[in-house]
Amino acid sequence: SVEKEAPGGGADGDDSLYPIAVLIDELRNEDVQLRLNSIKKLSTIALALGVERTRTELLPFLTDTIYDEDEVLLALAEQLGNFTMLVGGPEYVHCLLPPLESLATVEETVVRDKAVESLRKISQEHSPVDLEVHFEPLVKRLASGDWFTSRTSACGLFSVCYPRVSSTVKAEIRQHFRTLCSDDTPMVRRAAASKLGEFAKVLELDYVKSDIISLFTALASDEQDSVRLLAVEACVSIATLLPQEDLETLVMPTLRQAAEDKSWRVRYMVADKFSELQKAVGPEITKNDLVPAFQNLLKDCEAEVRAAAANKVKEFCENLPEDSRETIIMTHILPCVKELVSDTNQHVKSALASVIMGLSTILGKDNTVEHLLPLFLAQLKDECPEVRLNIISNLDCVNEVIGIRQLSQSLLPAIVELAEDAKWRVRLAIIEYMPLLAGQLGVEFFDEKLNTLCMAWLIDHVYAIREAATCNLMKLVEKFGAEWAQNTIVPKVLGMANDPNYLHRMTTLFCINSLSEACGQEITTKQMLPVVLKMSNDQVANVRFNVAKSLQKIGPVLDSSALQTEVKPVLEKLATDTDMDVKYFAQEAISVLALA
Amino acid sequence: METTKLPPTSPSSPTTGFSVPSAEKVDGFPRRSMRRARQRRSHSSSQFRYQSSQVELTPLPLLKDAPVAELHDLFCKKLQQCCVLFDFLDCVADLKGKEIKRAALNELVESVATSRGVLIEPLYPEAIKMISVNIFRTLPPSENPEFDPEEDEPTLEASWPHLQLVYEFFLRFLESPDFQPSMAKRYVDQKFVLQLLELFDSEDPREREYLKTILHRVYGKLLGLRAYIRKQINNIFLRFIYETEHFNGVAELLEILGSIINGFALPLKSEHKQFLVRVLIPLHTAKSLSIFHAQLAYCVVQFMEKDATVTEYIIRGLLKYWPKTCTQKEVMFLGEIEEILDVIEPSQFIRVQEPLFKQISACISSPHFQVAERALYFWNNEYILSLIEENCQVILPLVFATLYRVSKEHWNQTIVSLIYNVLKTFMEMNSKLFDDLTASYKVEKQKEMKRERERTELWRGLEEQQERRLQTLGEASRNQKNLQERGESAQPSSPQTALPEHPDLDLSGAPSTT
Repeated sequence: SVEKEAPGGGADGDDSLYPIAVLIDELRNEDVQLRLNSIKKLSTIALALGVERTRTELLPFLTDTIYDEDEVLLALAEQLGNFTMLVGGPEYVHCLLPPLESLATVEETVVRDKAVESLRKISQEHSPVDLEVHFEPLVKRLASGDWFTSRTSACGLFSVCYPRVSSTVKAEIRQHFRTLCSDDTPMVRRAAASKLGEFAKVLELDYVKSDIISLFTALASDEQDSVRLLAVEACVSIATLLPQEDLETLVMPTLRQAAEDKSWRVRYMVADKFSELQKAVGPEITKNDLVPAFQNLLKDCEAEVRAAAANKVKEFCENLPEDSRETIIMTHILPCVKELVSDTNQHVKSALASVIMGLSTILGKDNTVEHLLPLFLAQLKDECPEVRLNIISNLDCVNEVIGIRQLSQSLLPAIVELAEDAKWRVRLAIIEYMPLLAGQLGVEFFDEKLNTLCMAWLIDHVYAIREAATCNLMKLVEKFGAEWAQNTIVPKVLGMANDPNYLHRMTTLFCINSLSEACGQEITTKQMLPVVLKMSNDQVANVRFNVAKSLQKIGPVLDSSALQTEVKPVLEKLATDTDMDVKYFAQEAISVLALA
Repeated sequence: METTKLPPTSPSSPTTGFSVPSAEKVDGFPRRSMRRARQRRSHSSSQFRYQSSQVELTPLPLLKDAPVAELHDLFCKKLQQCCVLFDFLDCVADLKGKEIKRAALNELVESVATSRGVLIEPLYPEAIKMISVNIFRTLPPSENPEFDPEEDEPTLEASWPHLQLVYEFFLRFLESPDFQPSMAKRYVDQKFVLQLLELFDSEDPREREYLKTILHRVYGKLLGLRAYIRKQINNIFLRFIYETEHFNGVAELLEILGSIINGFALPLKSEHKQFLVRVLIPLHTAKSLSIFHAQLAYCVVQFMEKDATVTEYIIRGLLKYWPKTCTQKEVMFLGEIEEILDVIEPSQFIRVQEPLFKQISACISSPHFQVAERALYFWNNEYILSLIEENCQVILPLVFATLYRVSKEHWNQTIVSLIYNVLKTFMEMNSKLFDDLTASYKVEKQKEMKRERERTELWRGLEEQQERRLQTLGEASRNQKNLQERGESAQPSSPQTALPEHPDLDLSGAPSTT
């Protein structure tokens, strides 16, 4: 038979080497960690056993000993999804079903989900016949299980077997899905609602209209909001599947109701899925229904809903039908947006600030200057740093439309204030936008207004800021070139080498590390190297070993004569330093630079 | 599960990708300090906006002045008046109306509590309607997305001045000697109870306190709803455990259950056993266990006292969910185990002693001294000590090696001296066994090391073998490919045909190195 000849089968005597009992002992080890390790190497064990014994001995054992730590079960559920070849290929893949079926019924959600994932995976490896003979009965058993866990798992399996079974079996599957949609426990209804869209996609259109719509309507008016909100997600898929002329009667009543649901969670979900919904229902319904719905969401009484809607402002406007886009935005959306700029909730303002700049490309130069610019400026002065940051981080959109100069008057105070914010995370965020800002504002503006800030960050009292400032300098040099570096920043950086504070002296070294490549050999050798070498006599050991590290870093930029005549002696001296870290890094540099 | 900031209490579905708010994008750290600094405000009830037009209230005559004939009519009018809702976020809005409603509610409370004969049938639907309109609402999103009930101040319900009186009225209504369950059950139905249970998620502890007492009364008086209430509490707990890990009223619901369990009939129905094994025990896995652990442990012990045969399920369940990394929870588990052992029947103890003392022994060797200390305190409990003594032959061999080793290694002096006491106790209990174990300690250690070496050997062998096979397979598939490329069909009898197709062989779970 096939498995007798399988590689390493009985022939080379491995079986006698590893009796199944020994291997199973490993899987039973008292120590959970060891058990977990063994399960993670289950494929090794299976390979040692060969396909036949894996099927006849290992799998039954695994099926029987399903009571274990969830972590072990999770590993097992994952392993079994990749086991097809180890049991002898697709022909035997159904052997994996019993253990996975048990795993799909356990309480712990992650284990169950993983088991379902593996089942979905191996379902593809079943032949149509095996699917009907082995897989579909398993789905049915799970769907009619006593405890909610198995029914929940079943929800995720319908869509993978439906397309490949006979029409009788299809009818059964639809019936099971219907039953689960009206299950007694909300957990199962939630699972069914979350798979409704996926299931709809594999159904024939007639059944979508007859079956799915009624389930969708029922779930969307469930007594629990946690079920209703999942129906909103399904709405996207369902609307995509239906022809335009059916949407109004089959989907829209439910969607309208969801947008005005008494639970803010459902409204939040509608807001969160708004762009998808908009694409799914098409331009006409968008104009008539979604625009007013969107206005309401932007004015919702719950900040969470407003924030979710605010996040979608740009995408919604972008996807409006072109013929009426500008009118709709100017008359319906913009008034709401104006109100949101002075919302009482910072998350709402912040969400708006992250997308509002995108409107300028849609509305064009004149509208931007007249209507949007005042809003940008107001947000640039907002009391909440996130709002300002979000505006600054999206400057590029405005730059393309009206040029950044219009904003620079207000921009500068905003940047300066953020640069000096008491919270270092805010300072860090603004540093990250510096290269972008520098590119848009140009070298002159930069030198005049922002250079001082960039240098001040180098002596910030928070290391993360100094580090980011160093990296920022490198990006600026890449943008403005070596000559600019030589004139504006290199002298200042090197000046810090004489600072009484050793942390600042080290900053010089860190800057050199990141600048040397961008500045090139000439500047590195002539200006930077002497400073680094001089610092090798520093009285603080941390500075000295950072000299060694810097030399290692800039070595490749230097020419070989400088390396031999200048770097090598200094490193050799450092290699005999009294401090063992200095020695270590000096020796490392010597070996990396091949100076030994 | 993804970390979500907005909306915090929204039921999460695995497929729901909430967008990360920009505040988070800045650096990925939540900013507690800033959140704290934000101005505290009370919750608005999402319900308020749904009241379309505001009715102006006019004061009605006092109930106590009403002639008996008009009393019920006036009572009814006051109930209707109290259905008007007010905006409490705007604290100066419609002060007059708020005062009228407050006074009316006070009168209703007073009347229901003190006078007999007020509660006649036609008032039931009106009373329940007034209660429903006022208390049932979608709870607003939490002000504080990472609300930690242990650390943070809860956000209080803004409309409490009215809400409290409504709850008070409801409670008095249920407790009134005139209360007729047969009339109430038409209005206090399943839908009503479901909404009542959802309110237990309120962040306001005052509201949950009222709800607890009220639900308890409903459970006590409306027998037809009992099974339904239990089932819905089950669902809330299961959702809490397996889906959201968020529900503010777990402790209160457990407290109610604590007294319900007491009343279960014997033998326990399978529904109740299932509740214990599939709901109460898994509740121990919750991150926020400390908030409701006392109530949970009480429920568990109640079950045991009711029916000793569930002991094994309980202990094995706790051992299954034993905390792996959270020492604080481990101490709680040990506390619960002690509560259980305090009332355990000796015959049940024998059934669980082995796995239990393996775990206790693991706790004793915990580097966290509070865990070790808590476990060692068991030996100070006289009842537990007597159980240990009776089963010394089994228990001592389980813990001896740990005690011996930890007594020499533990960094904390208190632990070391506690262990010496325990060792001394054992020596006095059974000196012969103690001496034998001391003598064989080294031999056991060596055996253990030998087993360890054998394990390593086994895995090395297995992995080498896997390497070899993968090579063979690799060569085989190369050969086959070569054959095919040369246009020669592989011979049916050649070994390659029997090979699984190597390129598809997925061994991603296997380690690449030994």
